[in-house]
Amino acid sequence: MEKEAGTGQPEERMHVTGYRELLAIIMALLALTGITVAVSYVHLGFFNVPIALFVASIKSSLVLLFFMHLKYEGRAIKISLLSTIAFLFVMISFIFWDVAFR
Amino acid sequence: MDAIGMVKRQSFYETPSPAGLKGIWAWLLTRDHKRLALMYLWAIMLWLCIALLIGLSLRIELMWPGGTIMKAETYNAMFTLHGVIMIFLFVIPAIPAVFGNFFLPIQIGADDVFFPRLNLMSWYLFMFGGGFAIISLFSGKGFPDTGWTFYVPFSVTTKTNVSLTVTAAFILGMSSMLTGLNFITTVHRMRTKGMGWMQIPLFTWSLYATAWVQLLATPVISITFVLVILERFLRIGLFDPAKGGDPLLYQHLFWMYSHPAVYIMVLPGMGVVSEIIPIFSRKSIFGYKAIVYSSLAIAIAGSLVWAHHMFTSGISDVSIFVFSLLTYLVAIPSAVKVFSWVSTMYKGSIQMTPPLLLALAFIYLFSVGGLTGLLLGAAGTNVYVHDTQFVVSHFHFTMFGGTGFAFFAALHFWWPKMFGLMYNMKRAYIAVILTTIGFIFHFIPMMILGLMGMPRRYFDYLPQYATGNFLAGFGGFMIIAGVGLMFTNLLLSFREKNLAADDPWGGTTLEWSIPSPPPLHNFVGVPEVKSFPYDFSMVGKDAAPTIQTRETDERTS
Amino acid sequence: MWLFLYSEIILFGGLFVLYAAYFHEYPKNFAESGRELNRIIGSLNTVILLISSFTVAASLTAIQRGAKRLALSLITFSILCGATFLTIKYFEWGKHIREGVYPNSQVLQNGPPGNNIFFGLYYVITGLHGLHVIIGMTLLTISLVFILTGRVNERHFSMLENAGLYWHLVDLIWIFVFPLFYLVL
Repeated sequence: MEKEAGTGQPEERMHVTGYRELLAIIMALLALTGITVAVSYVHLGFFNVPIALFVASIKSSLVLLFFMHLKYEGRAIKISLLSTIAFLFVMISFIFWDVAFR
Repeated sequence: MDAIGMVKRQSFYETPSPAGLKGIWAWLLTRDHKRLALMYLWAIMLWLCIALLIGLSLRIELMWPGGTIMKAETYNAMFTLHGVIMIFLFVIPAIPAVFGNFFLPIQIGADDVFFPRLNLMSWYLFMFGGGFAIISLFSGKGFPDTGWTFYVPFSVTTKTNVSLTVTAAFILGMSSMLTGLNFITTVHRMRTKGMGWMQIPLFTWSLYATAWVQLLATPVISITFVLVILERFLRIGLFDPAKGGDPLLYQHLFWMYSHPAVYIMVLPGMGVVSEIIPIFSRKSIFGYKAIVYSSLAIAIAGSLVWAHHMFTSGISDVSIFVFSLLTYLVAIPSAVKVFSWVSTMYKGSIQMTPPLLLALAFIYLFSVGGLTGLLLGAAGTNVYVHDTQFVVSHFHFTMFGGTGFAFFAALHFWWPKMFGLMYNMKRAYIAVILTTIGFIFHFIPMMILGLMGMPRRYFDYLPQYATGNFLAGFGGFMIIAGVGLMFTNLLLSFREKNLAADDPWGGTTLEWSIPSPPPLHNFVGVPEVKSFPYDFSMVGKDAAPTIQTRETDERTS
Repeated sequence: MWLFLYSEIILFGGLFVLYAAYFHEYPKNFAESGRELNRIIGSLNTVILLISSFTVAASLTAIQRGAKRLALSLITFSILCGATFLTIKYFEWGKHIREGVYPNSQVLQNGPPGNNIFFGLYYVITGLHGLHVIIGMTLLTISLVFILTGRVNERHFSMLENAGLYWHLVDLIWIFVFPLFYLVL
């Protein structure tokens, strides 16, 4: 959160992710993209959407954990991100109390 | 106690920040949280006065049947204006922006918020938003007549200047969100050494819980308002049934923010009361942890109940059941707080002061507001009173009787700290009593009118409602008189120059350990953190439970 | 910065709420309209954004290790990726608009209601996302300038870090937008 970083501030310390690690992640991401596109050509009826979303969730977790260094962040950020996602989940799911039963 | 006072005391009024700024620029470009808080204070008090007068004009219009002082169209625009100003420019920012900015850093022993420049930007966004609202008033086809909720389809089809007003609300939302972001970071990063989570004063705790709601709920309203603007220009039809849209989804999105916003409004007020009650009971707060957790519980549970505003809109029966049930759950943490406050006073040595009187009025009025809320939360009775004056009365009890009175209480409580001046007690008492009685005169008749079936937002009414409306108008005048006297009294303190002591009430939290008004960096030495923020056993000796004022000016500057 | 990202997530979340509710209402129309979008172009854009995200992450590693020139070129590459993404998006929108598929158009008005909603959401979400791509590119450009002037270096890299976080968020949202619009069947 050091947004105000000027020249007068103390040195910032952070985990440095190696290039090799990043490269592995991007390969995984591209592979998953390939999978999800390939699956979309196969007609699975109801299962298409859950599968696509599941793959998307894996991809986003990879981006969050490694590209965004979430893995190396403190507990406060992890918990707060999870609660944000939980809130989003509540927003989407609670609306179905209405639209699904109308 | 006055060891610091003997040394040269320079308050933040004398030292601009950043240094070197002169005159008005020392205010307009400042990054000092205290100066920003005061700039918020004047802006917000101005908005409050405007909105109160608009409210009064509405009630004058309703005092007699038929048109009296304005036309029906004007009336529609006026109640929208009253709602928009009160909600977005007074109730939501009032306590966090003024007292939060001023006291949150001090209460946790910090010298400023974490992002001082962002704080200045929030203030400018707030002023721009207000400016936009004024512009929308006088441009285009006039101020919106939709009510502050901007419900589709009317908000999309009406010819009035909805787009600009909605933009104003969008900007104000941004300001509130950035303030929340700032507070969360400040609480996490800037606490002084030795202050753990359970040593944080309750006011700061309530602001912390509020900040999370501000941060997570406000974007929903932002996107909703963006959609309203897009609909007005592009006619996408996302909420238009003729084009496959569903207007109810607008209401869902709107209340997804606006119901949590209700808790943005009231939680800080509860925090203020949690500070005031123990000090004037000379007794440690009852159930500190219960209050902390109930703040968090309100913030969480408050985000789950939005659809109870829509029971008569045509949502499914299942959701009515679920949301009605969840709504009742919110009552639990609110009641926990009320019980804690009352238990704090039990067997305390109560010392009556204007802030305490206001806090007591808060508890009483807010309880009435909360209990009438149960009537509305129950799906069956809701259908009967929905969109009547009863609802109007209910939310005024919580918003004005709750947050409004908490704001007044905070003003009287922290005025000596902010300005180093004490106001006239007698006038303050009269003002408080006048406002409270006026309030009851105003809103109880409305409640009865609602039960009799008078709808809200109507310009005219049937003859059987005449008595109630006349009484409510009468109460309106009393409120204006009371608030007017209250503010005049506070402003007169600048002329009377009755200097206040550093700790006039005998408080225990950190803001009372520093000079009034505080110096630029808040603390002269390292702030000393108590293991429990409301420990009165230590202050008994040097802070006698009488109101202290400094007779002579010790400030050498 | 993270806190700000949360609010961005919820901002898009509001639109996803609408998507979920309308998808529930018009599953057939949504699938039908989804097939009208070009899956190949969508995938291409996904790949572009993913790679740019990778280069941004790598540039942060580079700056932390003091490899200034590598960092500069990686960021420039990312900004170019963003520009390519927007260009492709521009032609994609252009194609639809030429076909008469745009908000309040006759084609959508006369077609099934679900199609109108689908494309309405499509334009709003991709439009808002495009706006975020532009903001992200601006932030990256600022970091680029700061690296050149030395304000961002191996000791003080939080500006780049935050710009990067923002860029990853843009990517993150696209990861969900892509299957929801291009791959519904």
